[in-house]
Amino acid sequence: MNRDTTAETLLEARDLHTWFELRQWGFLRAGHVRAVDGVNFALRRGEAVAFVGESGCGKSSLARTLLGLHRPTRGEVVFEGGHLEALDKRGLKTYRARVGYVQQDPYGALPPFMDVGRILSEPLIIHGVRDRETRQARVRAALEEVRLTPAESYLSKFPHQLSGGQQQRVVIARALVLEPSMIIADEPVSMLDASVRVEILRLLRNIQVERGLTLAFITHDLSTVRHFAERIFVMYGGRIVEQAEVNELLDHPQHPYTQALLAAIPDPDPDNADREHAVPGGEPPSLANPPPGCRFHPRCPEAMAGLCDRDEPPDFEPRPVHLSACWLHR
Amino acid sequence: MRRWLEGLKQLRRYPSAVLGMLLILFLVGLSVYTVVAIPYSQALDLWRGGDHWRMHPVNASPVWADRLRGGDLPETQIISSDEVTARVQEFPGGRRLQIPLGFDYQSSAFPSELNLFLRVHDTERPPFVRFIWQAPDGSEQVIGGRRVARDERVSISQDWGLERRLGHVPHVGLMMDPGSGNPSQPEVLTGIHTMLLDVVMFDEAGSVSADLVVYGRVHGIAGTDHQRRDLMVALMWGTPVALAFGLIAAVGTTVTTLVIAAMGVWFRGWVDATIQRLTEVNMILPMLPILVMVGTLYSTSIWLMLGVVVALGIFSAGIKMYRAMLLPIREAPYIEAAKAYGAGDARIILRYMVPRVLPVLIPTFVTLIPTFVFLEASLAVLGLGDPVLPTWGKVLNDAQEQSALYNGFYYWVVSPAALLMLTGLGFAMLGFALDRVFNPRLRSL
Repeated sequence: MNRDTTAETLLEARDLHTWFELRQWGFLRAGHVRAVDGVNFALRRGEAVAFVGESGCGKSSLARTLLGLHRPTRGEVVFEGGHLEALDKRGLKTYRARVGYVQQDPYGALPPFMDVGRILSEPLIIHGVRDRETRQARVRAALEEVRLTPAESYLSKFPHQLSGGQQQRVVIARALVLEPSMIIADEPVSMLDASVRVEILRLLRNIQVERGLTLAFITHDLSTVRHFAERIFVMYGGRIVEQAEVNELLDHPQHPYTQALLAAIPDPDPDNADREHAVPGGEPPSLANPPPGCRFHPRCPEAMAGLCDRDEPPDFEPRPVHLSACWLHR
Repeated sequence: MRRWLEGLKQLRRYPSAVLGMLLILFLVGLSVYTVVAIPYSQALDLWRGGDHWRMHPVNASPVWADRLRGGDLPETQIISSDEVTARVQEFPGGRRLQIPLGFDYQSSAFPSELNLFLRVHDTERPPFVRFIWQAPDGSEQVIGGRRVARDERVSISQDWGLERRLGHVPHVGLMMDPGSGNPSQPEVLTGIHTMLLDVVMFDEAGSVSADLVVYGRVHGIAGTDHQRRDLMVALMWGTPVALAFGLIAAVGTTVTTLVIAAMGVWFRGWVDATIQRLTEVNMILPMLPILVMVGTLYSTSIWLMLGVVVALGIFSAGIKMYRAMLLPIREAPYIEAAKAYGAGDARIILRYMVPRVLPVLIPTFVTLIPTFVFLEASLAVLGLGDPVLPTWGKVLNDAQEQSALYNGFYYWVVSPAALLMLTGLGFAMLGFALDRVFNPRLRSL
């Protein structure tokens, strides 16, 4: 769906595939893990989108491919009109300054032997900010932006001296210090205490709105998405199975997988105490050996024999601006 | 940086570390003093031996070793003609000088040797000199006489004729108490002995100066060797050489090993495979025989040996150890983050991977220094020491060749060995303490 290839498109993925080669005996080829298997989308400047899916659906591989950490096997990533694959070393470095990365494990994401000041200076040093004063000023500004104030008291702290929430703020500050136009956050709160999750999400959202950033935010938690994203992409088995505006998707889920995901969200309503959720059984598909046809059909309550297990469903548009890859909407 | 300083502060809590640092500080201080006091070229010149040492006794033990045992073995006395007044008698066509070289001898042991060094100045006509020994009891002994051309060494102790006449080697026969009972066990006649030089000059301008050397049996702090060289030179110069060798070899091997291991881990693929195969081949090559071979066939220069040691040490078992430590670090999220904000390969290896291993590296590195110091000494003992530099190993090598222990010259073996042990002890104690500071998990064990 190349609906939005206008000037306001910041990043676009076209038929993106990221496959990892499997080897036997260290050199024999033994097939591929199809982590990202034919993904199309376009992100507009200044919007926040969420990629939702269960573990092993290829969300993180997609994030890494967008960051240029994995080379796509097929397809392309287009950023501000430039093709990521065509970039030389210098171009890739510039691209990396334009896209910030927030990781899942905040403690692991910070080098334990550097203090906060150093951690935040590193990207600036790498991108040629020679002047010490300028660096200091930008580091301080970044710390203030993530509400670590007074900034001075954090500069000489080491990661292990900070709480999980503070660590994640430092990670966010590091992603911001180069003043990117996009931030990719890979499950930014899944390793944090429940008490600070909302805070961090709100912080990310505020920064995104204030700076007009594009925020691609990867999560497996549908319950929080409504407040922090404008559009949702639901991923399953390396593909996007459903996409729409956030309220539209959450209120009118079309794909059986999305419906199952939404049904699995615990709802603290006493009337639900005895209700059973129709959670589909089975495991997420093996990405090395995906099922033929629709990837979801082995678990799908609505699977149609002879169709779903044979032909891959294209994107249908059952409701306006709401795409779902399911033969039900044929 | 601050973390390192904090680590150093913690070291104060370990007495062994403080002692180790004091030892190292002493050795470093000694090195600095040595290099300033005896410049390199002068040290080489001195160690080459020869005329510098003609006024030193052969195989004299250190003074303190004798005094501790309550002995009164004599130290060397040098009596110069410049310090005595000569009686001058003029006669037509020349002069007669009588130079009394007197010295007070109080030791109960005989000197080890007697030599007279004569120099004739400002004359073409060699003067005639007669040597007369005057004992404290007033007796006189004419040693002999001869014409002295220019610079001459009169080896009184090697005068066989005199020896036959006295019935003892001259330095005993001249200085013994004739009244002592047993002639086979002569005793020293203490008091002022004088060597009188009766010089006849056939010239009015010329003059003669002389040094009478009464060689002792003890010398200085370190004693002397078979070539009369003061061992102090070698013991002192051995310190900077040993420290430099150990330090350079340890730095050279550990740092390059770590960086190469990190490169293999980071780049993977053929880079890693090549490094690993090289390491495996190198690990089964025996180091000492290779060094012996290089020393025998090529050169025993200490700097060449250092180069070979470092070259063989790079692809050592350390590569495997560091690789094992670096493999999980490679997958750390912060490395991925660094890549995502544009850090290059070199920066990731040197700034993000290597620092994680440094806490383990530093104690290893410190304890590695003495092993290289010992290696250098072992090579020298095997006869593959540097041909010109004075080192502890060379001293041990000389001692071994001269059968020092058999001959009872313990000082010759003990002092370089003690310095080697002090070096090992100092670095080991510091290294173990550093290990406890930088790898705190060991502390509870």
